[in-house]
Amino acid sequence: MTSVEATSKRPRGFLRQLFSSRPVAIGAAIFLAIILVSLCADLVTNAQPFQIRPRMRLHAPDSSFWFGTDALGRDVFSLVVFGGRLSLLVGFFVALVSATLGTVLGLTAGYFKNVDSILMRFMDAIMAIPGVLFAVALVSLVGPSLASIVGAIAFSEIPRVTRLVRSVVLTVREESYVKAAESMGIPTPLVLFRHILPSCVAPLIVQTTYTFAAAILMEAVLGFLGVGFPPDVPTWGNILANGRAVFQRGPWTIIAPGLFLAITVMTINILGDGLRDRLDPKLSRNAKVAA
Amino acid sequence: MSRPPAPILSVENLSVSLPSGHDRTLAVDGVSFEVHRRQIVCLIGESGSGKSVTASATMSLLDKNLTISGGKIVVDGEVVTTATAERLCELRGSRMAMVFQEPLTALNPVMRVGQQIAEVLQIHKPQMPAAAVQARVLELMNDVRLPKPDALVKAYPHQISGGQRQRIMIAMALALEPALIIADEPTTALDVTTQAQILRLFRELLTKHDSGVLLITHDFGVVSDVADHVVVMRHGKVVESGAPQQVLEAPSHEYTKALIGAVPRFKFRPTFPESRKSVLEVRNLDLVYRTKSLFGAKRETRALDQVTFSIAPGETLGVVGESGSGKTSLAKCLMRFETAEAGDIIVGGRDLTTLTGENLYKHRRTIQMIFQDPYKSLNPRRRVGASLIEGPVQYGASVTDATRRARDLMELVGLKRDALERFPHEFSGGQRQRICIARALAMEPTIIIADEPVSALDVSVQAQVLKLFEELRQKIGFSMLFITHDLRIASNICDRVAVMQRGRIVEIGPTEQLFRHPQHSYTRELLAATPGRSPVVESAQSQRSAL
Repeated sequence: MTSVEATSKRPRGFLRQLFSSRPVAIGAAIFLAIILVSLCADLVTNAQPFQIRPRMRLHAPDSSFWFGTDALGRDVFSLVVFGGRLSLLVGFFVALVSATLGTVLGLTAGYFKNVDSILMRFMDAIMAIPGVLFAVALVSLVGPSLASIVGAIAFSEIPRVTRLVRSVVLTVREESYVKAAESMGIPTPLVLFRHILPSCVAPLIVQTTYTFAAAILMEAVLGFLGVGFPPDVPTWGNILANGRAVFQRGPWTIIAPGLFLAITVMTINILGDGLRDRLDPKLSRNAKVAA
Repeated sequence: MSRPPAPILSVENLSVSLPSGHDRTLAVDGVSFEVHRRQIVCLIGESGSGKSVTASATMSLLDKNLTISGGKIVVDGEVVTTATAERLCELRGSRMAMVFQEPLTALNPVMRVGQQIAEVLQIHKPQMPAAAVQARVLELMNDVRLPKPDALVKAYPHQISGGQRQRIMIAMALALEPALIIADEPTTALDVTTQAQILRLFRELLTKHDSGVLLITHDFGVVSDVADHVVVMRHGKVVESGAPQQVLEAPSHEYTKALIGAVPRFKFRPTFPESRKSVLEVRNLDLVYRTKSLFGAKRETRALDQVTFSIAPGETLGVVGESGSGKTSLAKCLMRFETAEAGDIIVGGRDLTTLTGENLYKHRRTIQMIFQDPYKSLNPRRRVGASLIEGPVQYGASVTDATRRARDLMELVGLKRDALERFPHEFSGGQRQRICIARALAMEPTIIIADEPVSALDVSVQAQVLKLFEELRQKIGFSMLFITHDLRIASNICDRVAVMQRGRIVEIGPTEQLFRHPQHSYTRELLAATPGRSPVVESAQSQRSAL
């Protein structure tokens, strides 16, 4: 209609263009920094997060203990940095597991009309269960481990991904190029993989970042409630839980892990927002006029 | 503007600049024209000519990345180009109003249509009493010839037909009796019979409300039917303007000549020899759509009703009819995208309706489809070559063989051999449609189903693609089922035509005979509504030979 043609053009420097968006660049940079710090925890801390120093209990932050010490005299900074490893790992696996299973279920539900209504009612049922309750129940039943905690959190994230992928499949399924592929006798799994899945990738990436952040938060909640990893394992939730008792005398025991948690979740969400604006302009609030 | 009477709209030397990175710097380049009272001015051009941008500029509804870089627009004595945002809001609706192309998306789907018309009045005339607003809404709906306004005010947009929606849009535009109505392709999404009614309605309202209409269109048929003045645009510039008789009969500019030459007109093919053999035989085909919600009631729609026809080897059968007549359902049924309720589809001695699994898969390649929208029928993320060899490779061809054949096909459909390495977005609509034709041919089908293959294309491109079909038929000789809503196009390409109405074939026969001596009243109606039948476009001679 207008001369501004609406072609789904894939620019050549795709990654470069992606990072030219400020939220994406900043979010990715901070997120990478957090990951690097956690990975190199041995180098950036004194590498003794578990060392108990009875004479230095609740030591206020100073040059040797950046974030002070906790009720057992452990260095809070080391704890937080080491704790980040496990928290990020949980986030990563939850994102991976829920994205994979959700995609498979979403493709199935979206493409095969006869399983759609049954599968989606199951998803509705899962969504009706409060995530925290389910996670608490499952972890107390099976016992805390990385697998059980990831499973418990991922379980309630799967329906969201499924719904998202299904909604994309429902629209793409009707596109002529999918019909053309069907008419050329391309087997259904190949049609799904070649012609439909690529359209789901952009919204999936965005959703995955949100899942990542939500999982880190959820792990902290579980730790705080005392049903996460064993209390002596440093995770952000456990450090928060331990600090709760001595909050009035040593507020830094809660502020430091809380701050790290907040910054991480916020960065990932900013990254997700930026990616959404770039990859999925239709969902964006500050979308530019359709170009 | 000194000469009386002053025009309602005068566009003087208007330029609109495009953001960088486009094929030209100005979307609209020094355009001037006027619209007077009781006049319909048609702005005609192909896609990308800047006609819609001109309309948006007049309404001050330009996209943010487009800016007016020169000239001025005066509506009813007031300069729009420099008006403040508040003043513009007052002007829109009261002095000028717009009717959009797609009446379904231009109406709010969750609001009753009567309320939507009333809203315009309530916003612009807050002091108007509610009863008066209601009365005015009914009056307006009467004006646009909507049946039973009392009942229709309570309807939601999805409950009424496309033509009725467009009438509601026009009623909204008329609500405040604006001096100027801008209609952007108001009939493009509508059926021919509805289109004829809407165009007549514009003419009627013009005299009644003493207003002027700026009509944007790509269809010379529309121009010849309603225009008082024509402005032809190309690449953002006015190439020619004047009275329709002059522009259409004696165009002075090469481009106008080419455009008019490309307008499809009735032209019949030599009679196809009667043949007893058939590659496709359809008998008593029924298709029923059932929607069944978990709790809700069942709903049944009969899309195909006792459809029977056959196609001879090398023959092209046209299927014409309005939207909702079952043309596309028929295609889907033949492609086995939908499963028929009853009836037989016989290809090569086998009944397709009963095939399943492996047998269906083997048969798939014998029928291939070309789709309406070339922008949606190629996977945007895959190279053209990958799309083209996908099918043959699936059926056992080696990648090198399939690629070699794909290159030959590219040449056959008039594209460069290296087109295979490029992505679909690098091609224009017409080129994409050529690729789709090549993709269908790559499967070496016996029958090709073409569902409105040229209706999304500009007229000049349309003519080229139709010519390609003709050439390919002579070279390769496939049978084809050609679905179209345009009888003129059908007459150019089809040996026989089937007219469909509400899922039934009401008339079928050799094209020329059927169009010259239509038996069924619906066929006559369709023929009468075909745009551009006035002697302006059809020269007297071709008219005589056509009908």
